[in-house]
Amino acid sequence: MIELKNVTRRFGNTVAVDNINLTIETGEVCVLVGSSGCGKSTTLRMINRLLPHSAGEILVDGEDVNAMNPEQLRLNMGYVIQGTGLFPHWTVARNIAMVPHLLKWPKERIDARVEELMTLLDLDPATHASKYPQQLSGGQAQRVGVARALAADPNILLMDEPFGALDAITRENLQMEMLRIQRQVRKTTVFVTHDIDEALKLATRIAVMDQGRIIQHDTPENILRHPASDFVENLVGKQDRGLKLMSLRPVRDLMSPHAEPRQSVAGEGAIREEDSVRLALSVMLWKDLGEVAVFNARGQETGVITRERIIQEGA
Amino acid sequence: MRIWLPPVLLAALLYGLSVGMPVLEPLFQWLQPDKQTVIYDRESFLFLLQNHLLLVVVSAAVGTFMAVTGGIFATRPSGRDFLPLVSQVASIGQTFPPVAVLALAVPVLGFGEAPILIALILYGLLPILRNTLAGLEGVDPTVREAARGMGMSPGQILFRAELPLAGRVILAGIRTSVTINIATAAIGSTIGARNLGDPVIAGLVNGNTAYVLQGAILIGLLALTTDSLFEALERIWDRRFSPQAAV
Repeated sequence: MIELKNVTRRFGNTVAVDNINLTIETGEVCVLVGSSGCGKSTTLRMINRLLPHSAGEILVDGEDVNAMNPEQLRLNMGYVIQGTGLFPHWTVARNIAMVPHLLKWPKERIDARVEELMTLLDLDPATHASKYPQQLSGGQAQRVGVARALAADPNILLMDEPFGALDAITRENLQMEMLRIQRQVRKTTVFVTHDIDEALKLATRIAVMDQGRIIQHDTPENILRHPASDFVENLVGKQDRGLKLMSLRPVRDLMSPHAEPRQSVAGEGAIREEDSVRLALSVMLWKDLGEVAVFNARGQETGVITRERIIQEGA
Repeated sequence: MRIWLPPVLLAALLYGLSVGMPVLEPLFQWLQPDKQTVIYDRESFLFLLQNHLLLVVVSAAVGTFMAVTGGIFATRPSGRDFLPLVSQVASIGQTFPPVAVLALAVPVLGFGEAPILIALILYGLLPILRNTLAGLEGVDPTVREAARGMGMSPGQILFRAELPLAGRVILAGIRTSVTINIATAAIGSTIGARNLGDPVIAGLVNGNTAYVLQGAILIGLLALTTDSLFEALERIWDRRFSPQAAV
């Protein structure tokens, strides 16, 4: 758990972060979102003491960060940044092994961990372990960046616009990976982005920031349904909210389940229970259907979802 | 091993010439028919070469240590205020003519090796310092940010990231400095530091072009040998720290 209590950060006379209070529960993904210069990165960098805070208190698992050794504190927090910051003179494997190495793990344990992480992030250890960062694509490099952050199994993950420099398709892929990995490892994550769609997709709770203050701190659904101010309303896109809400809801919520899962073939592009209602509607509009079958992860047909129900209750 | 071939060949040639200069007597006789002795014989060339080398190595070692330490200090958060001062001091060292340093140092330190060592150290500082600063400033800031954010201490960042990444540029600075100083060291002969400048000075004083030529050839060859040695070192460095660039 991370608690920020009345935290302020001044740069000279300008106030970058203005007396904010924020509690990030263990295992949740808190996304700080706002336009550039709103203080979101500053807030993140105060948590691992890359920047000192001018006033207030920051507690990690109940302990004041200022009372801890900064290097020790950071070794227990994964850190991912936009430019990856991989060491260009180290191989991928050595980059991932950075923190375990600093913690003086035995070599076999490091090797096993590197292989495990590369597999988790969908990088083939055989082909990529001995490559150098310059030989990777942007998406692969950022996967290595995430693997490096997870290497010593820290409780906390800090991510500063990690996917900001990637193309749309790669970004989307990595967001899906993030969700998958988060389901597996459950890290307390603070994620900074200026992209509200990314925030809605990844967050357990979103903190909307503007001019150094937190305007609203709530779940993605509540941010969309009850924006606290005009600023938040504009940020989430006034008119677009209906569809955005739809993309938050899984098909599971609105489908009519069959009494028994039916054994049938889930073809390419079939709708699954965890897909968004928005995707289901889009498929129906494209194929001009009134309803589509829904499949579970094992490929069994578990129900159907109708166009009418989505229109009535989707948002 | 092919990397080491040029410096080894050049070094062998240098050694061979230092030992076997008398073999070339007919050639120098032809160049300088009016003199009885055409091979410099007041001191063996090998002894002069050793002394010359010693002067350059000692001044390069001290100069490198001072310049790299200064460069590291001036790029740390605590020393950043001194950055302009440090580069100014080094620039002054470079603009001050070595001959003037000798003239000022001899009354204090007497004749011999000490004044020329000081002149060489001062003269050699700037290229190394300038390259140290350029190399360290050239390290990608995101690398430093990530290293700090992952929990590396300032010392670990310096030795595991900054110096390996800046090393190639620093090495190039040392190469420039050493090559210049091999030539500059020769003026030490004028104040009694025995080195390969001796035949040149003696030749100039006596109007013996053969002497001048012998000293100049050996100094030039020493500079070439050293330069190709650094070339090899830089290749090794590339292989070790930026392998993808060396392929």
